[in-house]
Amino acid sequence: MKYKLEAKNIDVFYGKLKALNNINIGITENAVTGLIGPSGCGKSTFLRLFNRMNDYIDSFKLNGDIYIDNTNIYDKSVLVDELRKNVGMVFQKPNPFPKSIFDNVAYGLKIQGINDKAFIKTRVKDALKQAALWEEVKDDLGKSALALSGGQQQRVCIARALAVEPSIILMDEPTSALDPIATAKVEKLILTLKEKYTIIIVTHNMQQAGRISDYTAFFYMGDLIEFDKTDTIFTNPKMERTENYITGRFG
Amino acid sequence: MTNGEKNRLKDSIFKYIGVFACSIGLILLAIFIGNIIYDGFNRIDWSFLTSLPSRKAEKAGILTAWSGSLWIVIFTFIIAVPIGISAGVYLEEYNRKNKLTRLLEINISNLAGVPSIIYGLLGLEIFVRLSNLGSSVLAGSFTLALLILPIIIVATREALKAVPSSIRAASFGLGATKWQTTWYQVLPAASGGILTGVILAISRAVGETAPLIVVGALAYVPFTPKGPMDEFTVLPIQIFNWVSRPQHEFAINAAAAIIILLAITFTMNGIAVYFRNKWQKKINW
Amino acid sequence: MQKIKEKIIEFILRATALITILTTIGIIWVLLSESLVFFKEVSIIDFLTDTQWTPLFANKHFGILPLISGTILTTIIAISVSLPIGLTIAIYLSEYAPKKLKKFIKPLLEILAAVPTVVYGFFALMVVTPFLQKLIPEMAGFNSLSAGIVMGIMIIPFISSLSEDALSAVPKSLREASYGMGATKLQTSFKVMIPAASSGIIVSVILAFSRAIGETMIVAIAAGQQPRLTLNPLVPVETITAYIVQVSLGDVQHDSLEYRTIFAAGITLFVFTFILNNISFWIRKKFREEYD
Repeated sequence: MKYKLEAKNIDVFYGKLKALNNINIGITENAVTGLIGPSGCGKSTFLRLFNRMNDYIDSFKLNGDIYIDNTNIYDKSVLVDELRKNVGMVFQKPNPFPKSIFDNVAYGLKIQGINDKAFIKTRVKDALKQAALWEEVKDDLGKSALALSGGQQQRVCIARALAVEPSIILMDEPTSALDPIATAKVEKLILTLKEKYTIIIVTHNMQQAGRISDYTAFFYMGDLIEFDKTDTIFTNPKMERTENYITGRFG
Repeated sequence: MTNGEKNRLKDSIFKYIGVFACSIGLILLAIFIGNIIYDGFNRIDWSFLTSLPSRKAEKAGILTAWSGSLWIVIFTFIIAVPIGISAGVYLEEYNRKNKLTRLLEINISNLAGVPSIIYGLLGLEIFVRLSNLGSSVLAGSFTLALLILPIIIVATREALKAVPSSIRAASFGLGATKWQTTWYQVLPAASGGILTGVILAISRAVGETAPLIVVGALAYVPFTPKGPMDEFTVLPIQIFNWVSRPQHEFAINAAAAIIILLAITFTMNGIAVYFRNKWQKKINW
Repeated sequence: MQKIKEKIIEFILRATALITILTTIGIIWVLLSESLVFFKEVSIIDFLTDTQWTPLFANKHFGILPLISGTILTTIIAISVSLPIGLTIAIYLSEYAPKKLKKFIKPLLEILAAVPTVVYGFFALMVVTPFLQKLIPEMAGFNSLSAGIVMGIMIIPFISSLSEDALSAVPKSLREASYGMGATKLQTSFKVMIPAASSGIIVSVILAFSRAIGETMIVAIAAGQQPRLTLNPLVPVETITAYIVQVSLGDVQHDSLEYRTIFAAGITLFVFTFILNNISFWIRKKFREEYD
């Protein structure tokens, strides 16, 4: 079986500190892959490799290759802005721009130089619908996104990522700043999105990984300890460390 | 060209515009300083430094100007530094979050934004006339002292803020009073930062022209001040005076005097930056 | 005993801090008391509406407008130089430049603000004006253009440094969100960072404005001493500050009407800068709350 994304022999350094150690992983298309592990284990760093978000850290250094659709995205010929149009990202805390809801969702299209207003309108509407937010905000798209609740803000951010029609969405603990009800909404949304998108999600919350991800990778201190179908990881882990973490004996 | 290519091109062009913007001001300043050195450097000699002003450009010197500046700086220092540091200590160490403190803070940031020439008007009325100091070194120094007070206060507060509170706690823990703690522990630890602020403030005072013109510093003084009650001129006013004259020879004198003034200003700023770097390394314990 | 000593010391410290309040009171009192006497002799309506300012001539007019127009003209020229350059620097330093370069350039730019203004005046009169006269032959020897341009160079660090602080204070997550959408640094700067930092940038511009309005020596040396109600940057004008210098240099009798004109001019200047400083203070306060 061919993978949508592949990481091969990944080492990451921040200066002298080794943050990731020889990671190999293949990520399946149209599925949710969860990355779990205690804080500081490297899961966020790993997620940010797929859209080259670590590039802005001065001391960052990478060995190994990351492939998306069989293209090495760290190759010199790859254009980072083009890559990111294909790989959307949703962040830990909702971070809508201080603009209207509409302008937030249309942002990606506008920076691509698309001026066709009717086209932008349709895309914004579609994206908001996919993000399960359309019904709530359709009457005040001109309202500042900052005036929405946290859960709504996060769905604006998801819609913003969807509007440019990426094929992959990276989520970095997208519900960590949300209340349980908003979290449930976002989780439900993620399950519907996987039909169209390949999703990689970092989560702190084990139950969440269990509920929404098809595959789960367990990171510990820069090592990938175990990676398998979520059911297997949760019911029949091969490594003792994984079992300890999942059953809450540490973490 | 696709939109993506256009955007990337604009992005890389902007990088060069940014480098250009960062350097344009400095380049112009460098050209100008080069120009001035070219014009004035040969004019600087021993007699230029030791001669009184004169109607004849080639005979004129900056003796009264630099000695006046020296008098002014010394007295401004004596007046402003103790008051400024003391006020800074009060606001930072004795600060009880009350209305008075807030009023003082707003007031100081407002004073820092008052144009220097307004301080000149203040000095003219209060020191020159009401206090009967006349257009003396003392009147000028008081005026400049008030002008640089906000700079010293703000610098003192910043320096005190950088002192870790563990030092205060340790001292209090040994039974020291507030003042003992401040005097023996906190102020010495903050001295580098305060020194930097003081040097920058004094450097500002050396370059000030307008307020001293307003308090009546003279454009032409045929003698050096012998005491704080004497009339005076300062280097920037001497430069102003020479620049205002049509003859080219005086412009050369002005250029020569500017070289001296800039040398003083840059040296002081350099020393200030040196102390700041040294002190910042020390404070990161 | 120790307690009394502590009390006395605190009292002295507080007294020195109160000197700053006395300074403000002193400024306002001096400006007001002298101006009030002035306005007993000159109607405030004439002062604000007469279009001529000739207090030192036989035919006296006391209209402040020409001085205000001279002040605003030089200030606007200065801002049109320093705003684009300063803002570009701020964006470059906060979004593009490596940290080490930023640490090196920021203090270097501060040099521009540390040079005594009388030196800039020389620069404007002796270098910039002759150069511009080659391009624009009809330009006068004293003019607001040279003075304004040079003043603009001087206040670059005011705008660049405060704007850079404002841009750096924008949460990193906004920048990342924009990069994550495939935006270039330039798009991120102009579409996200500048709007998000707008209040801080506005503050920097207002403070630069206030600084330019109060600037004295550059205009006194290079802009001329001819009060003139004009927007022509090529002819001599006089600013409020330059007028005060002009009178101070002359032999004007204390307690004369001419003498009081500098206080009337001074209070006008003070009102302008006071309003600008307080607007910036107010915006900054509001802006701080936004990000807390």
